[in-house]
Amino acid sequence: MAGTTATLDGAAAGSAPRRRRNYARQYWWFVVPCGAVVLATIIFPWVFTLWMSAHEYRLGGGSSWVGFANYAKLVSDERFLLSIVRTLYFTALSVLIPMVLGLLAALAFHRKFPLRGLARTIFILPMMATPVAVALVWTMMFHPQLGVLNWLLQQMGIPPSMWVYEASSVIPTLVMVEVWHWTPLVMLILLGGLASLPIDPYEAAKIDGATPWQAFRHITLPLLAPFLVVALIIRTIDALKAFDTIYVITQGGPGTASETINIFLYLQAFAYYNLGYASAVVVVFFTIIIALAMVLLWTRARVKDS
Amino acid sequence: MSHGITRRGALAAGAGLLAAPPIVRQANAQSQFDWKRFAGERIEVSLTANPRSQILIQNQREFEDLTGIRVGSEQIPEQQHRQKFVIEFASGRPSFDVINISLHVNKRQVGRARWCTDIRALMQDASITSPDLDFADFGAGAVAYSTQADGRMDTMPEFTDYFILYYNKELLEAKNIRVPQTFDEMYESARRLNDPSRQIYGNVGRGLRNANVVLWSSFLLGTQQRDCLDANRRLVTDSADAIWAGEFYKKLLRDCSPPGVAGFNWNEAQTSFMQGRAGFWLDGVGFAAPLEDRTRSRVAGKVGYAVVPRGPGHHHCAMFGTALGIAEASRKKGAAWLYVQWALNKTNQLRFLTSGAGSPARTSAYRNEEAIAGSRFSREYFSTLVESGRISRPGLPEIVPVTEFRDTIGAALTSTIGGADVATELRRATEAFRPVLEQSERAG
Repeated sequence: MAGTTATLDGAAAGSAPRRRRNYARQYWWFVVPCGAVVLATIIFPWVFTLWMSAHEYRLGGGSSWVGFANYAKLVSDERFLLSIVRTLYFTALSVLIPMVLGLLAALAFHRKFPLRGLARTIFILPMMATPVAVALVWTMMFHPQLGVLNWLLQQMGIPPSMWVYEASSVIPTLVMVEVWHWTPLVMLILLGGLASLPIDPYEAAKIDGATPWQAFRHITLPLLAPFLVVALIIRTIDALKAFDTIYVITQGGPGTASETINIFLYLQAFAYYNLGYASAVVVVFFTIIIALAMVLLWTRARVKDS
Repeated sequence: MSHGITRRGALAAGAGLLAAPPIVRQANAQSQFDWKRFAGERIEVSLTANPRSQILIQNQREFEDLTGIRVGSEQIPEQQHRQKFVIEFASGRPSFDVINISLHVNKRQVGRARWCTDIRALMQDASITSPDLDFADFGAGAVAYSTQADGRMDTMPEFTDYFILYYNKELLEAKNIRVPQTFDEMYESARRLNDPSRQIYGNVGRGLRNANVVLWSSFLLGTQQRDCLDANRRLVTDSADAIWAGEFYKKLLRDCSPPGVAGFNWNEAQTSFMQGRAGFWLDGVGFAAPLEDRTRSRVAGKVGYAVVPRGPGHHHCAMFGTALGIAEASRKKGAAWLYVQWALNKTNQLRFLTSGAGSPARTSAYRNEEAIAGSRFSREYFSTLVESGRISRPGLPEIVPVTEFRDTIGAALTSTIGGADVATELRRATEAFRPVLEQSERAG
């Protein structure tokens, strides 16, 4: 075949080398729209956030350069530091519990039993609900005197709980809502993983006399590990950015007992209009997320290697 | 000498008759206000979602028919609305011409940034100000609340919210308890009413951070000090009187209010009171309508209304208010001003009052005996509103960082419900907020 097929670097297949044409320069124009969007929606906001974080910037009140003063203030701001602790506490519980329950649910729904399809559908229903609507319904159910949850506890002879109305129980209660809402997602991811596992190792293990626990521990869990890591990453990101449920149910209260970084950030930016300080919070929060993401990605790489 | 009709006289009379119609038209134009002056224009109105805004939107057609101006109205929940309009104002090109603001939250912020136009200039222009405006009809307190420290009146008062005492008549009668006249009486009566075994509590109120500050400030208003700032605009929320108010708040909410009250905002408190679980509830006037709604409330027809009890030093009730302003950046100020006049006319203000949507800024509404007699609310309710108007005083300091103030002091108050020491908490909160206030005051 005649060497007429042009390639990107200008060489013609099967023909003698000709003068190289630089197509790259003219293709740059195709990158411009995408680059402009990235510049406008990612790079500019980030640069502007960094710029604001170095200013005392209040909506309706002008701005002035303060250097690293906002960051220095953050380090000594007890409310901010506690919000980090609460965020990590909330995230840890909101990731671990759905992971465990989601895995159990996936194992259960992987087995064949009557009406399995219907049971699966019912199980994933919470995930389909709008978070704000869900939060409003839970708020009504949590009412200490008139909520249905305390009524149920009383029917079972259990003393009533204060749920989100007491500092000591507010975060576990919010985690409960999060678990109810997002365990189905973990279950779906892991169920997909289970469906893709090969049957041969199980048959071999059965012949060798492995117990169900041994099969789970030494076959299912290692093979499912990539799916577990994916679920872990998704859940961690979701839990870290949780805002709507917490804001609607408690607004960070009682006191500041459920004030996570997101709530703190929201209040600084949109209730106090202290945009400079809020920008510094964003930068610090972003750094924390990057650090966590790197740990998770490193874990994923290790799982993949093994 | 004869004075019969002369030819010259007849000509003059004829010319006069010919000239009469234009002269009469001009005379009528001066006596009759031209509402159609801006016909064909369209204005945008941004309102906070509440029953009063609902009334304005429901009756908006009246305004459109009267003026030929088309109105685009939006109503947004309170907190989101505040954020939206601040951001839009700060952008320099707000999407609205007329804005509904909470004076107790945004007055100073809006005034300092000069986001709203001075209404007085519009009011002086007879060509765009209806003779029916009757500005003197607006209560002096409401007008003062709408007026900035520099004398500019950049909003027109719409609604004045007073804290009043709601009480469950049935519960009080069962224990032969009279309506409390002082805070001490209120506490003693609440203790007597308190019966946790039946899930009946003497009192219910706001415990949630931020929302709770207005309940505490209601008690502070009864002390010698009364306000959160002194004459030099310095923060005095850790004074002896402030601590007294905090102690009273703590014991009322700790000793005779439902468990979990530390997380209660007005909606949880309303639910408890509506279900007949609380004897007293001190909160804004706007809750009469849901409490008297027989389809939702178990206490409908059994709700008593009274002014806030007297404190050890003074007798005041906390006052809050909303108002309508016209964006300085608006290019349709004339049409917007006509809308404001219509929205705050006597008819709409009476609608607010008789529907239980709140206490209007105009005083004439309270004097309309016929409308009041036909209302579903008791005479006690209306007399409480009138009496509250006499003893009212702003319930929050007029400062820019008012939300931060409410959050900081509110968190301290919530901690006291959990048992923390009032003096320690208030001192800590005051120390935390003082630099914020000082910085804000320095900014002008």
